[in-house]
Amino acid sequence: MNPGRTLSTAARVLRQIRSDKRTIALMFGLPIVLIGLLAWVYADTGLFDQFGAALLGTFPLVVMFVVTSVAALRERTSGTLERLLSTPLGKADFILGYAVAFSLMAIVQGALVSWFAIVVCGLDVAGPTWLLVVVVMLSGLLGMALGLFASGFAQTEFQAVQFMPATVLPQFLLCGLLVPRDRMPAVLEAISNVLPLSYSVDAAKEVSVSADPAVASDFLIVGAWIIGALVLGSLTLRRRTP
Amino acid sequence: MTVDAVIEVEHLSVKRGGHVVLPDLSLTIERGSVVGLLGPSGGGKSTAIRSIVGVQRIESGTVTVLGLPAGHPELRHRVGYTTQSPSIYADLSVRDNVRYFARILGVANHREAADRAIETVDLTDHANRHARELSGGQLSRASLAAALVGDPEVLVLDEPTVGLDPVLRRDLWDMFRALADAGRTLLVSSHVMDEAVRCDRLLLLRSGRLIADDTLPDLLARTGAADAEGAFLALVEAGVS
Repeated sequence: MNPGRTLSTAARVLRQIRSDKRTIALMFGLPIVLIGLLAWVYADTGLFDQFGAALLGTFPLVVMFVVTSVAALRERTSGTLERLLSTPLGKADFILGYAVAFSLMAIVQGALVSWFAIVVCGLDVAGPTWLLVVVVMLSGLLGMALGLFASGFAQTEFQAVQFMPATVLPQFLLCGLLVPRDRMPAVLEAISNVLPLSYSVDAAKEVSVSADPAVASDFLIVGAWIIGALVLGSLTLRRRTP
Repeated sequence: MTVDAVIEVEHLSVKRGGHVVLPDLSLTIERGSVVGLLGPSGGGKSTAIRSIVGVQRIESGTVTVLGLPAGHPELRHRVGYTTQSPSIYADLSVRDNVRYFARILGVANHREAADRAIETVDLTDHANRHARELSGGQLSRASLAAALVGDPEVLVLDEPTVGLDPVLRRDLWDMFRALADAGRTLLVSSHVMDEAVRCDRLLLLRSGRLIADDTLPDLLARTGAADAEGAFLALVEAGVS
């Protein structure tokens, strides 16, 4: 691993994103539009304060997953990955370069969408606002890491895009938004106990109801998933291919 | 193994997708030469090149480059490689592409080095254009610049002259010659037989087998053919394998 190579890879990925204005608009605009829509749907029910924070984290997860997995897949199919892996660039440099670039995007995205939910849509959060921003950013990072990992198993962009519902929707069903996790059948509760989205939703709920939220363990588990997915993602890179 | 062998392939066997692409390939390439790997497409040229660069999983045999096993970490900045389809980033400018590879390769003064490499392939006028806006020939030159920028001792180029106009092809071959004269070693694949005249030595590969490993004059003398294409046909028809 080499910081210079990691950072030049991150800079290169950011430059590529910058050249695609429509993708940037979608990355930052889509979660905002969805949160606005949600606030409108819940307008006269008071449910926005109850579910808004938890749902806030799921939109960046989805968007970052798709963007990252397709970007990384392109690198595999265009031959640039083969070329890069014939150079001194380390596998960790490659994965971390992507992680740094998309982390920056996730941070901007998380800050924007949280600002919109709280200031424009009037989301009421009992805990510190900045903590909610951290939850949303972590969820974007989780999407980024899972997307990088999933791209290793996709041969085409069609497959990469479909890995999104395959990895995100089951987590969404089990994360406690539809039915509280402790009221699910035991098997499903056990499964939800290992899935990362459960913890990012738990953290968001905690921040929205408690003035002094206890989210350290939730953050640790989501962080461990992010690191684990990045490590597994780097294992899918092969210098020699058949 | 001779002292000056830069690339040494011994009994290389490679399977891809369940069938044998290279059954038993052996060859030696000397320092300071431009060697042409010629043959029809599907003959195993890219597989041989990928094996030499160390990105191909092989069945058996040995591939040694600069005295080290192919793909050895120390070779990664000493061997320059261009893949058959130009592998650069379509959504970056030519300059950003070459600069990125310069930084990955740890080139000192990477900005100047990138500009020099771009000039070498005659793309200075297009340096700020996105790669996706380039023609096929310009793309493969941009890809070549990204390999040249590291000033590698060994250049392994898979079909670098496809789709180029004759003037540019001549210029590139002149550049390959100059690099070889400066002590670099080049292995250049092509399916265009008339590029044989520009090579110090020819390796003719057909169906994964080397049917000739000779200089052009010797090859023509041996087969009685007028050009490389004729020599290739003569060898195939004589059933040499």
